[in-house]
Amino acid sequence: MSELHFPWIEVSILVPLLGAVWIHLLGDRDHILHYAIGICTTTLVLTIGELVDFLSIGTFEAHDHWPYLNWIFHPDVFVVDELSAFQLPLVALIFLVTVMSTLRTKAPRFSLKLALVSETLVLATFSCRSSWTLVALLIAATIPPYLELKNRNRCTRIYVLHMSIFAGLLVTGYGWLVVVAGPIDGGYVDGINVSTLLVPGALLTAAALLRSGICPLHLWMTDLFEKGTFGTAILFTTPLIGSYAVMRLVLPIAPSWALQSIAVLSLVTAVYAGGMALIQREARRMFCYLLLSQSALVLAGLELVTPIGLTGALCLWLSVGMSLTGFGITLRCIEARISRVALVDYHGLYQQMPMLAGFFLLTGLAVIGFPATIGFVGMELLIEGAVDVYPLVGTMVVIAAALCGITVLSAYFRIFTGHSNRTLVPMHARPAERIAVLILTALILGGGLIPQPGVASRYHAAKELTRQRQAHPVSESNEATVAPLEATDH
Amino acid sequence: MSALETTFQVLGTAVIVSPLLLLAILGLAPLVSRPLSEGAISRLTQAAVLFALLPAIGILLIMLATGIRYVPIELGNWVTIEEQQFHFHLKFVFDRLSIPFLILSCVLCGVVGAFTRRYLHREEGYARFFLFYALFFCGMVLSSLASTIETLFVGWEMVGLSSALLVAYFHERTNPVRNGQRVWSIYRLSDAAFLIAAITMHHLTGKGDFGGLLSSGIWPEGTAAMTSGQALLVGTLLLIAAAGKSALFPFSGWLPRAMEGPTPSSAIFYGALSVHLGAFLLLRLSPILEASLLLQCMVIGLGVVSAVCGAVMSRVQNDIKVSLAYASLTQVGMIVVEIGFGLEYLALIHIMGHASLRTMQLLRAPTLLRDYNELENKLGSRLPHDALLGSRWVPLWVQRWGYRFGFDRGFMDVVLDKWIVGPFVRLFRFFDSLERRTTDLLSTEASRESDDAMLHPEDMNTAA
Repeated sequence: MSELHFPWIEVSILVPLLGAVWIHLLGDRDHILHYAIGICTTTLVLTIGELVDFLSIGTFEAHDHWPYLNWIFHPDVFVVDELSAFQLPLVALIFLVTVMSTLRTKAPRFSLKLALVSETLVLATFSCRSSWTLVALLIAATIPPYLELKNRNRCTRIYVLHMSIFAGLLVTGYGWLVVVAGPIDGGYVDGINVSTLLVPGALLTAAALLRSGICPLHLWMTDLFEKGTFGTAILFTTPLIGSYAVMRLVLPIAPSWALQSIAVLSLVTAVYAGGMALIQREARRMFCYLLLSQSALVLAGLELVTPIGLTGALCLWLSVGMSLTGFGITLRCIEARISRVALVDYHGLYQQMPMLAGFFLLTGLAVIGFPATIGFVGMELLIEGAVDVYPLVGTMVVIAAALCGITVLSAYFRIFTGHSNRTLVPMHARPAERIAVLILTALILGGGLIPQPGVASRYHAAKELTRQRQAHPVSESNEATVAPLEATDH
Repeated sequence: MSALETTFQVLGTAVIVSPLLLLAILGLAPLVSRPLSEGAISRLTQAAVLFALLPAIGILLIMLATGIRYVPIELGNWVTIEEQQFHFHLKFVFDRLSIPFLILSCVLCGVVGAFTRRYLHREEGYARFFLFYALFFCGMVLSSLASTIETLFVGWEMVGLSSALLVAYFHERTNPVRNGQRVWSIYRLSDAAFLIAAITMHHLTGKGDFGGLLSSGIWPEGTAAMTSGQALLVGTLLLIAAAGKSALFPFSGWLPRAMEGPTPSSAIFYGALSVHLGAFLLLRLSPILEASLLLQCMVIGLGVVSAVCGAVMSRVQNDIKVSLAYASLTQVGMIVVEIGFGLEYLALIHIMGHASLRTMQLLRAPTLLRDYNELENKLGSRLPHDALLGSRWVPLWVQRWGYRFGFDRGFMDVVLDKWIVGPFVRLFRFFDSLERRTTDLLSTEASRESDDAMLHPEDMNTAA
C-alpha cells in the first residue's frame, strides 16, 4: 500500500482529542471558544494536507508515513482512500463552521469538549476500513450525544433504545461475518456464497439503515433534534456516518439485487421525509426531515451500485454535507438570537439579518440542487442513475427534490419575510459567523460553477469501488445488474 | 476556425456572459458587505442589457447577410464523464426561434429596467429587485439560446426562482409572500415534470441536444427522432411543464396571485416573457408534438380551454393588473393552439406582438385611473361600456354562472387546495401524529419540546 509523506491521518485524529484534553484542563475561561476554533482550524488544515498529499500520490489508498500509533493499531487500520479522502476535510469543515457559529453565550450549553471528542471519533471512523476498530468507532461515536442528553436532564430512552439496537446489530452482524468468512480484507470476502452472507449482511444493513435514519427507524433523529442542542445534532447527523457504514460494511458483501432493493426503501424515505418536512411547525424538525430526505437520497444512490448512481451519490454526499451544515448553522444562529423558531407564522427577520437570510436561501437552494450550486450536478447524476435502474421508481428522486424545494422556500418566507419589523434589536452576523458563512458560500458556489474536478474525482472513486466489487464477487449469480466498466487507467 | 465562425463565437459568448456577469456582481456585492448605489446598479443593468442586445443584433445581421440559419455556440462540456457518455454540454444556438425571443427578452428587460430605475427610486428593496431581475434576465437568455435540454432547464429554474422571489418582493406583508410561495410550489411541480421529461428523452434518444432529437433539419423543419408513443410520453410531461410555467389550465390560479409583485416585474414576467416561456418550450420541441396526433390534440385542447377560461375571467376582475394577466392567459392559450396546429411562425410572431403590447399595458396600469379621467374629461361624458356581442342571447343563468366562474378564477385554486393540497397535508399530519404517539410512548416525558416554541420570540420584549 502507498504511503503518505506525513502522518496526516493520525495527527488529524489526535489534534482534536488533545485539544479536548487541553480545553478540559483549562476549565471555564473566556477564550475557550477561540481555542476550540483554533483546534478545529488546525484539524481542517491537516485534513486538507492529507487530501492534497493523497491526490499527489495518485493511488487508490494510502496509509500514514511514520505510523506512530502502530503499537496500538495495525498500520493499515487507518487508511485514506478515494472514498474517504474528500470526506475527511468535509467532516473537519463541518465541525469548524459549527464551532465558529457558536455564540459565546451558548458555549455552556454546547459542550466544546464533547464536540472535539466527537470530531476525533468521526475522523477516525472515516479513516477506518472494515474492521472491528470501525465497529468500535461507530459505536463510540454515539456516546457524546448521549452524554449531552444526560447532562441536560432529558429523557434518553428513544436515543438509547435505537443506538443499543444499532450497536447490537453491528456487533452481531460483523461477528457473524468474521465467523463465516474468516479474515476480511478491506471489507471484501472472496469465494463465499451469497446465502452464507445473507444473515450477517442483513444485520449490518439494518444497523447502517438505522444509523442513517431510514424510515421507520428514524425516530431517534427527530428525538435528538428535539432534546439535544442544535449544534450536537448537526454534528452527529450531517457527516452521514450511516452512509459510510453502508460503504464499508455492506457494499463489499451485498449482492447488487439486494442493494438495489434497499435503494427503493431509501427512495420511499426520501419522499416521506420530504413530505414531512413540508408540514412541520418548527424549524429544527423541518431541518431534521430535510436532512433525512437528502441523506436517504445519498444512500439510495450508493445502493444503486451503478457507476453513475454511485458518482451522483458521492457528489451529493459532499454537497449535502456542506449545504445542510450551512443551512443548519444559519438556523442555529437565528435560534441563538430568538430561541426556537416556529414555522406557524411569519417572523419577518430579513431586516435584522439580511446576510443570514441570503445565506439561508443560498444553502437551501444548494440542498435541493439548484443550478450553479454544488448540489446541481450531483442531483442530476443521481436522477440519471436512479432512472437507469428503476425507470418508474427512480422518478421519486425528482418528487423528493420538488418537495424539499417547496420546503426550503417556505421556511425562508416564514422566517425572514411576511411581517414588518417586530424589533429594532440588531441581529447581524458576528465576524466569526460571517467567516463561516463566506467559507461555505465560496465552496457551494465554487463547486457549483466548476463542478468537473469534483465529479471526475468522485467518478474515479465510484469506478474503483465498482471494480473492487467486481473483483470480489460474492456470488456467481445476481450480479448481472452491475454496469460493466471499461478498463481503468489506474 | 474561419473569421466568420470566430466572430459568431465572440459575439455569442458576449451575449451569454453579459447577464451572468451582471448577476455575479449584483449577487456578490451585498455578500461581501459592499452594497452598490442605485446609480451603479442601474448603470450596470443597462450596460449588461446593451452588451447582450448589440451582439445579438450583430449576429442577426450577419446571418441575414450570409444566409446562415443556424449558428451553434460551443462553450465545451461543463461536466463530462466520457466512459458513461454523460455530458452536460454548454451549447447554445442562434436560429430563427432563439434570435427573435432573445432580442425580445433584451429589449423588454431593458425597457423595464429603465422604467424601474425611477419606479423604485429610494425604495428599500431597490438592490434586491435588481438582483432578482438579473437572475431572471440570465434565465431568459439561457433559456432562449439553449441548445440542450439541460441548459434550457437551468434557465427555466432561474426564471422560476426569480419569479417567486419577485412576487414576494413586498416581503413585509403576508399576502405577497403567501402568493410567492404558491407560485414557487406550482413551478417546482412543473419543473419536476420537465426534469422527468428531460431524463426520459435522454434515455429514449441517448442525447439531450435538440439537434440530436431531430432526425433532420433545423427548427422548425426537423422531425422527431422518436416513435409516436415515445413522443406522447415525453410531450405530455413537457405539456405539464409548459402549463405550469405559462399558467395554463388548470394551473392558472397562480397568475392573479403573481400580481402582488411590483408593476415592472408583473409586466416583464406575467405580461411579457415568463408567461410565454411555456409556449417557447413547446415551440422549441414542436417536432416532438408533430410526431403524435393525440399529443397535438391535447395541446390544442389545453390551449382552447385556457383561452376560454382566460377570456371569461379577465372580463370580471376588479383589479386592472389581474384583468390584464388573464387577458395574457387568453392570448397565451391562443398561441398554444397555434403551436398545436403546427403554425410555428404565426405563434412566434404572436408571442412577440403580444409581449410588447402587454408590457406597455401593464407599465401603464398604475396610471389607468388618471388615463380614464383624462379621456372622460376630453369626451365630456363617462366612457361607454358596451355589452359583449351576442350576450343578450345567452341565458341569464349561464351569464350568472359565467360571472361566478370568472370571479372565482375558475375555481382552480379551490380544486387544487381541496383535492391535492388538502389530502397531502392530512396524510402527512396523520403520519406525524403516528410518530408523536410512538415517541410519547417510548419517552418518559413529553417527546416534543418544539410544541413549546413561542410564536413570536423576536418581539421587542423578548429578543436577544
